[in-house]
Amino acid sequence: MAAAPKRPPLPVILLANDLLDGDVVFARAEDAGALSWTRDPALALVAAEEPDAVRLEGFAAAEIAAQHVVDAYLVDVAIGADGPVPRHFRERFKTLGPSNRPDLGKQAGEGIAARRSA
Amino acid sequence: MLLIDREGSATEAWTRADGAAIGNLSHALVGWDALPEALDQKSSDQKIGVLVPNSLPSEALKPFFDQLALVAIGFPAFADGRGFSLAKVLRREGFRGTLRASGPLIPDQFDYAIACGFDEIELPEASASRQSALQWQQARGRLSRTYQRGYTRDGNILDRRRLARAAANSPAG
Amino acid sequence: MYRYDEFDERFVRDRVAQFSDQVARRLDGSLTEDEFKPLRLKNGVYLQLHAYMLRIAVPYGTLSSKQMRQLALIGERFDRGYGHFTTRQNLQFNWPKLRDVPEILGLLADVEMHCIQTSGNCIRNVTADHFAGVAQDEIEDPRPVCELIRQWSTAHPEFSYLPRKFKIAATGAQHDRAVTKAHDIGLRIVRHPDSGEIGYEISVGGGLGRTPMIGKVVRDFLPKPDLLAYLEAIMRVYNQEGRRDNKYKARVKILVHEIGTEEFRSRVEAEFATLDGPSVNADPEELARIEAYFAPPAYETLPRESAALAAARASNPAFDRWAGTNLTPHRADGYSAVTISLKPIGLAPGDATSEQMRVIADLAERYSFDELRVTHAQNIVLPHVRQDDLHAIWEALVPAGLATANSGLITDIIACPGLDYCALATARSIPIAQAIQQRFEDAERQTEIGELNIKISGCINACGHHHVGHIGILGLEKRGIESYQITLGGDATENAAVGEILGPGLPAEEVPGAIEAIVGVYEAERNDGERFIETVKRVGLSPFKAAFKELSHAAD
Repeated sequence: MAAAPKRPPLPVILLANDLLDGDVVFARAEDAGALSWTRDPALALVAAEEPDAVRLEGFAAAEIAAQHVVDAYLVDVAIGADGPVPRHFRERFKTLGPSNRPDLGKQAGEGIAARRSA
Repeated sequence: MLLIDREGSATEAWTRADGAAIGNLSHALVGWDALPEALDQKSSDQKIGVLVPNSLPSEALKPFFDQLALVAIGFPAFADGRGFSLAKVLRREGFRGTLRASGPLIPDQFDYAIACGFDEIELPEASASRQSALQWQQARGRLSRTYQRGYTRDGNILDRRRLARAAANSPAG
Repeated sequence: MYRYDEFDERFVRDRVAQFSDQVARRLDGSLTEDEFKPLRLKNGVYLQLHAYMLRIAVPYGTLSSKQMRQLALIGERFDRGYGHFTTRQNLQFNWPKLRDVPEILGLLADVEMHCIQTSGNCIRNVTADHFAGVAQDEIEDPRPVCELIRQWSTAHPEFSYLPRKFKIAATGAQHDRAVTKAHDIGLRIVRHPDSGEIGYEISVGGGLGRTPMIGKVVRDFLPKPDLLAYLEAIMRVYNQEGRRDNKYKARVKILVHEIGTEEFRSRVEAEFATLDGPSVNADPEELARIEAYFAPPAYETLPRESAALAAARASNPAFDRWAGTNLTPHRADGYSAVTISLKPIGLAPGDATSEQMRVIADLAERYSFDELRVTHAQNIVLPHVRQDDLHAIWEALVPAGLATANSGLITDIIACPGLDYCALATARSIPIAQAIQQRFEDAERQTEIGELNIKISGCINACGHHHVGHIGILGLEKRGIESYQITLGGDATENAAVGEILGPGLPAEEVPGAIEAIVGVYEAERNDGERFIETVKRVGLSPFKAAFKELSHAAD
């Protein structure tokens, strides 16, 4: 992240937009532990401790430099039944989609369902 | 640093003087504050250029036009477009020497810079390392014709339409 | 309508190739995001909350059927089957992928359209009276001069990196339907009081946003041939003197305010005096060339009033209601301009599906000389319709969900996309509009209330024009929730005024009740035939403030 802003309170997730597609993506941990991106907020890696948040910031910087994503930043979350939920309403909309169009966006499973079952 | 002109990458002939200390530099580039003192010391075979901020009023520079071989206008950021207007006004006021845009411009501004009266672009290393002289050349003429009249550009669209009208109105020959 | 010549055509094709190259250089790392962002914005590409957004220019709000069909196709092929018409007469798609944008631009170029300068710190798409060429109170159609300005401002070598965005609007009518006084430059076509010559009145420094200002007249009368040189003078003064130290103080309105209208005018006139007009201005023949494209269509000679329309209205109350609200008198006898409302109760203001776009395109082709207009109030207009055809048009609109009879009424709400889409928003706008529409759904009630403009913005940038709404609603964040500030008394017409805040912000669920309270005061105070805004101006804010105060006490 250019000019790293003040880190939000833990726990946090890392979200960004895919550079070519624009979709909101979340950092997740692969089985082997490496970080990658998912379109499913439920699969986002939750960083509960300082070193985990630092690791997410490092991943964000590398992925921005590699021209994979834009506008990557950490978001503070609460842990809900279905995974992390951003505490701020703005970021919550990014994990859902437009509130007036429940048929669109992540709330409608766009870019999510196939991956989760895969 | 990379110097770009209409032909591609160019060789830098100018040396930045320390304050007004132009010594025996053949092409001495001085800051605006040091200009009067540098001109006092100038020998007849020396050339003086000045680096000015883009906020400088053209009237302040006008008295020095005859003594200046180069005016470099600082672009603190590529998005700060004041330098385009200053260049345009300096040309209108009669400056005939070399006009240089000095700062982190991007290739997509090359045509604009030339159209406003600049001759060359001096890029800092951080920009030059990403944006090659080739990219700058490729950006030239990307928009083959544009609309504005009164800028340094061949055949703007208004003039072309005027020509086409004249041709249509002239007796068939 | 204007048609591209070989130069215009070549230009948009060049621009598509240029943008494709810019994307490629972003992907290979030659351009950083900071460098690419202004380039993509100048081509209408934003990064929004959920996706990229692409804003397509609809110059001065005029579209052909073919163009509307192409928009429908793009919406289907590259988006989610709908688009959003904006308060600057543009169309935006909410879900395009950056990788598809060059192809979309190619499809737009095929129908003489583009996304050039629909965003960024440059001269934006020029807007105009949506009844241009139609209105009875018009001196001259403003669209030719808008087209001239569109071309002149496109890829301007000197004015493409301004301190901030720069918006121009034009009208040729007495009644200002283009909100010209809230634009960086407002251009009014006027007739010289002595000579009768037609020229321009130029206002500068209007704008909404954080610091709303009404434009100041800097030139009462500018002869037509001098226009481009005068605009160049204004732009040069702004480009050199406009503030660049603070983004919120960078619009020309702040410069005009800080140095004063007189000083600004004298700087512009001094610059104008140094310009060699003939080397800058367009030839009168060039304006005439453009004007020829806007010649009135071949109207039939018809009786002033249509007997068929009168009969249909008498026999069908629903049609009668729609004809009572959504028609505007036309300068040609027997014709009307039809406003197609994009404000059905409970849907997002200004949204249209691809199917609806096709229905509208077909109607324009069949009944309106192939022409459409987009209004700043986010509706569509069929500008030249025979009154005899109105009933058939209405019958085609009804099944498409396009026959809402509310033009200018309380449910004809202007709303920006707000936090449902926009990355800049601080609160949602669309659900507020929906809730108000539902509260005032009853058609009789709407008619009783009469003309009332509600305008909603989801942040201080004021894309929803809340400052100039009769009732304005501004969505903000307050202590972690969405909060809505209500203003009263704004006016977007030639009597332009900025509304005043009524009281503390309200949570979303209390907004419809607050609107109800305001309307209640109006209904109690109004004289016979007095419109809402007239009552507000006559009685002042106090009774409204009192009702509002009572309301917030009740909520405590």
